[in-house]
Amino acid sequence: MALLQEAFLFLAAGVVAVPIASRLGLGSVLGYLIAGVIIGPFVFGFVGETEHIMHFAEFGVVMMLFLIGLELQPAVLWQLRKPILGLGGLQVSVTALAVAGIAMLFGLSWQVGVAMGLILSLSSTAIALQILGEKNLMQTEGGKASFAVLLFQDIAVIPIIALLPLLSTSGGGSVKAAEASSTYIDTLPEWQQPLVVIGVIIGLILIGRYLMRPVFRFIAESHLREMFTATALMLVVGTALLMNMVGLSPALGAFIAGVVLANNEYRHELEANIDPFKALLLGLFFMSVGASIDFALLAKHPLIVSLVVLGLISLKFVILWGLAKLFAIQGGYRYWFAFALAQGGEFGFVLLSFSLQNQVLPAELVDILTAAIALSMVLTPVLILLNERLVQPLFEQGEAELHEEPMDEQHNPVIVAGFGRFGQIVARLLLANGFAVTVLDHSATHIERVRRFGFKIFYGDATRDDLLHTAGAAKAKLLVIAVDDRATINKIVEMAKHNFPNLKIYARAYDVVHYHELQRLGVDHIERELFLGSLHLGERVLQELGMRAYQARRKALQFAQHDQETNQRLSDFELGSKKYISISQQARDEVIELLQADRIQRQQQEQDNAWSAEQRAQHDV
Amino acid sequence: MDHRILIIFAHPALEKSRVHYRLLKAAQTVQGITCHDLYQTYPDFMVDVDQEQELLTQHEIILFQFPLYWYSTPAILKEWQDLVLEYGFAYGQNGLALRGKWFTCALSTGGSKAAYQADGLNHFTLRELLRPLEQTANLCGMVYLPPFVIHEANDLSEAEIDACAHHYQQLLKQLQQQSSVQALTRLSYLNDLSV
Ligand SMILES: Cc1cc2nc3c(=O)[nH]c(=O)nc-3n(C[C@H](O)[C@H](O)[C@H](O)COP(=O)(O)O)c2cc1C
Repeated sequence: MALLQEAFLFLAAGVVAVPIASRLGLGSVLGYLIAGVIIGPFVFGFVGETEHIMHFAEFGVVMMLFLIGLELQPAVLWQLRKPILGLGGLQVSVTALAVAGIAMLFGLSWQVGVAMGLILSLSSTAIALQILGEKNLMQTEGGKASFAVLLFQDIAVIPIIALLPLLSTSGGGSVKAAEASSTYIDTLPEWQQPLVVIGVIIGLILIGRYLMRPVFRFIAESHLREMFTATALMLVVGTALLMNMVGLSPALGAFIAGVVLANNEYRHELEANIDPFKALLLGLFFMSVGASIDFALLAKHPLIVSLVVLGLISLKFVILWGLAKLFAIQGGYRYWFAFALAQGGEFGFVLLSFSLQNQVLPAELVDILTAAIALSMVLTPVLILLNERLVQPLFEQGEAELHEEPMDEQHNPVIVAGFGRFGQIVARLLLANGFAVTVLDHSATHIERVRRFGFKIFYGDATRDDLLHTAGAAKAKLLVIAVDDRATINKIVEMAKHNFPNLKIYARAYDVVHYHELQRLGVDHIERELFLGSLHLGERVLQELGMRAYQARRKALQFAQHDQETNQRLSDFELGSKKYISISQQARDEVIELLQADRIQRQQQEQDNAWSAEQRAQHDV
Repeated sequence: MDHRILIIFAHPALEKSRVHYRLLKAAQTVQGITCHDLYQTYPDFMVDVDQEQELLTQHEIILFQFPLYWYSTPAILKEWQDLVLEYGFAYGQNGLALRGKWFTCALSTGGSKAAYQADGLNHFTLRELLRPLEQTANLCGMVYLPPFVIHEANDLSEAEIDACAHHYQQLLKQLQQQSSVQALTRLSYLNDLSV
């Protein structure tokens, strides 16, 4: 019962706090952390000691890395080797040395300093990746760099564990180390240990590569969904256990297993099965961090603890920022990177208690550092919020001036907003025909990339009327909206309609529903973004199936025409309403009739017969 | 009541045209004339048969306006004939929709009138070369009228083209009110009608 009560408490706290935090724009991580603080011993005291929960919940991090591995083809990982080793290596070593130096300034021994440095150099994979993922930044420069550094840290944990006992100031350290991590591997002679580790990793790769496919197929063919979930969980848990046995980080092992399975056709199924567990466990982890914050200690040494927290965050931030500059991470992303990683990590807790056992660090210091790491983790979402609200907007404007020549008022007849896959085709067609086009895009990296191909693009957010004005909207004939986000498209339409009533608007629609939305907004011409490509592909398939090219083209065009008419008919009705559905169904029947009775074919036969009859009749007369 | 005239217009490069551009403009200013630009309406050649047949039934005089391309009409006009003049609509036992309507052409040629003679460069007169259209009209039960022709289209000065356009405009107005068809069928070119 106690277990169920605890589970209920955590679930309830999460269910209440997280949606509220999200609604307030604080993000889920902060929501969980606050929920943890509230149910923790220092507010309501619903839950007491949370260390065991935290250990359990740390498994969420393992799952997270497994999932990240799944998304990462080995080739992509290989491309990341430079940031992982370079950026990650520098981050850990520079931070560790800086912390050690400062510690020694405060009169601590160099051993204590180095131990503190190594422990504090780690950041929170759970928090950083969760936040970056939530903000959809994982694929950006900032996200990739963050990931590379975190991956290096996860790898670095292993040598750090080996190293810490050597820093013990009281002789018996190494004995304790063996006790603390009494894994299977420690029972082996020293020379065998690396061999076993390498063997296990190779085994993991081989199993993932060759054994898992038939296993998954076998399970999938049983059509028992929960068996697949069980297999997926078993895989991750098994990997973690195996890693523990040989003294490697379970997170690292799970990551490797993920990468090995990244090419597997069951990858998405695995993802779908593991993801809910990961999300819940991470939530639990964040809550236990919140609950574990030692407010008593904070009350006792408010000054020291806050100084350590502030010092930790600012030091890490400065180093991260500097490294980001060194590695040429573009403007705004540099801040995302530095803010996301400027905290202590969950491994820090583990390493701190490990150092205590090995008498590397005194108990007093361990308590303070534990509190500091937890607080720095809690502060991260707050800092991210500040970054988002204050730093990034500043930056976006600055960026326009930084990377772009300021835009003089333009006088081209056409403005194309968005120079992605869609806008590029539109703009290139116009340019190739000798029409002057003003192109706007609001991704600086993107602009940089296409600029190399000789396109002149202005940095700008087309939802802003002043920017459109400078782009010449007052005098232009036509605005083409080719950005890919439907909300943004609608925003631009409304703004342009309001401020530039004479400007014609041609827009890209995401789908039929969006098409109708744009119609209602009064857009002059709309194209569904995937329609023509799909139509042409379908046409080619018809050809491949034996239809002659001209027939296939006609069928495709007829289909398109009918589809367009249906669209027009549907535009007055609400999506999903009875009428809408009945018209769609009717249209589906119609199009079959239409295509199968193509006039030109019917005619061909009828006409042929008619002509011979006609000519015979004439002859008879 | 005035005859309603349907101009079925075909020019694949109107933007470069000197003659037809002006002829079309002149025609568009006349009340009660429908100008139907095929290349503009059907860039994919997907002629809408129902729509076209509907248009035909709404008019009494059908006029093809086009530049002469290879002694014939531009391609879309041929496609139009192949699709729109359906059995059962334009010809055949029940194909009576066009019966009694007047049909004519307004076209321009690069060659001179002298070149369109038995002993000229082109060996045939324009009337001879237009026989396929003439017989098409016959088969559909329409009255075939002589064509309005502008020869040496590329050698005309701007002023001369303007004069042609004006002439065309007057002819169209005349056609709208013309009651006797005999006065027309006698002519070799519609140009010779006194307006
Ligand atoms: C593809 C093509 C074929 C042509 N064939 C002929 C022809 O057979 N006989 C002729 O007299 N002129 C021919 N011409 C000349 C056009 O008839 C002439 O340029 C046109 O009538 C000019 O009218 P526009 O200024 O409206 O284009 C041809 C022109 C083109 C482009």
